[in-house]
Amino acid sequence: MTSNRKPAPDNYQPKEFSFTKENLELAKKELNKYPENRKASAVIPLLDLAQRQNSNWLPIAAINYIADFLGMPRIKAYEVATFYTMYNLSPVGENIIQICTTTPCALRGSKEIADLCKKRLNIDFGETSEDKKFTLLEVECLGACVNAPVVWIGDEYYEDLSKESMDSIIDQLKKGEIKVSPGSQIGRNGSMPSGQRSSLIDKGN
Amino acid sequence: MLNDKDRIFTNLYGLKDWNIEGSLSRGDWDNTKSLIELGSEKIIEIVKESGLRGRGGAGFPTGLKWSFMPKESDGRPHYLVVNADEGEPGTCKDRDIMRNDPHKLLEGCLLAGFAMGAHVAYIYIRGEFINEAKKLESAIEAAQQRGFLGKNACGSGWDFDIYVHRGAGAYICGEETALIESLEGKKGQPRLKPPFPANMGLWGCPTTVNNVESIAVVPTILRRGGNWFSSLGRPKNTGTKVFCISGHVNTPCNVEEEMGIPLKELIEKHAGGVRGGWDNLKAIIPGGSSVPMIPKNICETVLMDFDSLSAVKSGLGTAAVIVMDKSTDLISSITRLSKFYMHESCGQCTPCREGTGWMWRVMSRLEKGEGEVDEIDTLLDVASQVEGHTICAHGDASAWPIQGLIRHFRNEVEERLINSNKQGFDAIDNPKRAA
Repeated sequence: MTSNRKPAPDNYQPKEFSFTKENLELAKKELNKYPENRKASAVIPLLDLAQRQNSNWLPIAAINYIADFLGMPRIKAYEVATFYTMYNLSPVGENIIQICTTTPCALRGSKEIADLCKKRLNIDFGETSEDKKFTLLEVECLGACVNAPVVWIGDEYYEDLSKESMDSIIDQLKKGEIKVSPGSQIGRNGSMPSGQRSSLIDKGN
Repeated sequence: MLNDKDRIFTNLYGLKDWNIEGSLSRGDWDNTKSLIELGSEKIIEIVKESGLRGRGGAGFPTGLKWSFMPKESDGRPHYLVVNADEGEPGTCKDRDIMRNDPHKLLEGCLLAGFAMGAHVAYIYIRGEFINEAKKLESAIEAAQQRGFLGKNACGSGWDFDIYVHRGAGAYICGEETALIESLEGKKGQPRLKPPFPANMGLWGCPTTVNNVESIAVVPTILRRGGNWFSSLGRPKNTGTKVFCISGHVNTPCNVEEEMGIPLKELIEKHAGGVRGGWDNLKAIIPGGSSVPMIPKNICETVLMDFDSLSAVKSGLGTAAVIVMDKSTDLISSITRLSKFYMHESCGQCTPCREGTGWMWRVMSRLEKGEGEVDEIDTLLDVASQVEGHTICAHGDASAWPIQGLIRHFRNEVEERLINSNKQGFDAIDNPKRAA
């Protein structure tokens, strides 16, 4: 259950957090989306912004900061932070590799992809490598099922993966950054069937 | 097969420009003012006439849903909320609409919003769709610059703004009242109904929540007429639908097809057929993970629409077709779904919070061949205790895949238990069962 998630132990928790000048501007822009007296609605996007500022994890200081920023009870922001799975409540590696293993991906070989990642990075799901470069997470359906198996790294989906293409992506990450384009790794256009397409073939389409 | 001229999503695969120039060339935002001038009642009437049923899974008539909104504002603003929290395993259609045809959605928001007296729409998009959210934001900006959105939208005299709100990873926020809670900045826990959102939704104001696809088809319906849409498909199951075909097919894909297309034709024409040929098919989950699976003999003839699939005790759901060939361990496939429902339970109602975990643990035992044959009945009993006893449909959705498995493949589950028990006490104590 999602609400079982707990924050990192005290020794990891920074004492303070505040937005950078740039993020403060972004946060204010976010607030414009909601009526004046409904600021709490921005808690989800602002927690995400805070997480991005803090090496992709969300310390309690940041949760409190956002709650104060929005004028909502701190416990309410804490509830949100512990409920939604995109918030990392403990420090994570530089690269977070999130593998979908739900049934549609499982049918297309996500287990082999997961096993390969575990072996190459020498970590299990939920763990971070010793050099702090990688965190491996098992995630539920990412919503790209016709391009399974799918892995989510950074802000991008890598789709139609094989063991070879996943292997190569890890190589690239180890050298610094991913060189291949995100999306399908077999050159498909989005969700179009490979080979001859069966629809949208008339002239003008 | 649906003709290309009757396809609504002409850039489904993103082969062409998704941005405003491309969209204009495909007919979006074409004299939208004249559609608004039809008036709110006429718009709702045309949508009712089209027979459009909600594309998010439940299949509730969209026009009827709209008519639940108060005709006059009592001082509270009205809101349109678009459900883009696409996360039902197997489903990836709204993503294509948002990244390749975002202006169809935006124009649909304006028309639907106007019809329901709303000046603001929120598009609640799942947090993982980062690029899709960026595209929507940029499409909104482009539409504002052209005067299609904002003050006096499309010169109609109606002010209309659209905002994108990103979620943060919770399947349950696809349930409309959980989505509203989330949009208010809370945990995504579904609300008790009544009051219904049309009376008390977002911030206590009249609200309608619609799926992305339901809204994105509206401009085309209004342009081509309710009759055009209802002439496609079958009575009460009209129009076109984006199907997502995943799993053991040769060319997995999304495709827009006519409602009521035979399942077999859908797979053979568009997805390259079942891996290893049609006869290698074992079972299909025809409408996203929440609906019960159907075995090959039903797949031979069943039509892909709401009523045909419910007649075979399954459902169209989101029209996400998950194909499983003979190599599939069905028990393992369903066990993984049970884990999904456990992980995504919001924890509010006891039957679901406890039941989903319980069902997953029993399914894991069955998967490994541990346990006794009579545990299958206990599992079904628990599933029926979860089903229908929770605030939202998550409880039902967690029970149905298991019920579908046992309904059609009980022998397979029993066989596994008996085989793995053969060496153990079961064979000695109960030779009849072991044989």
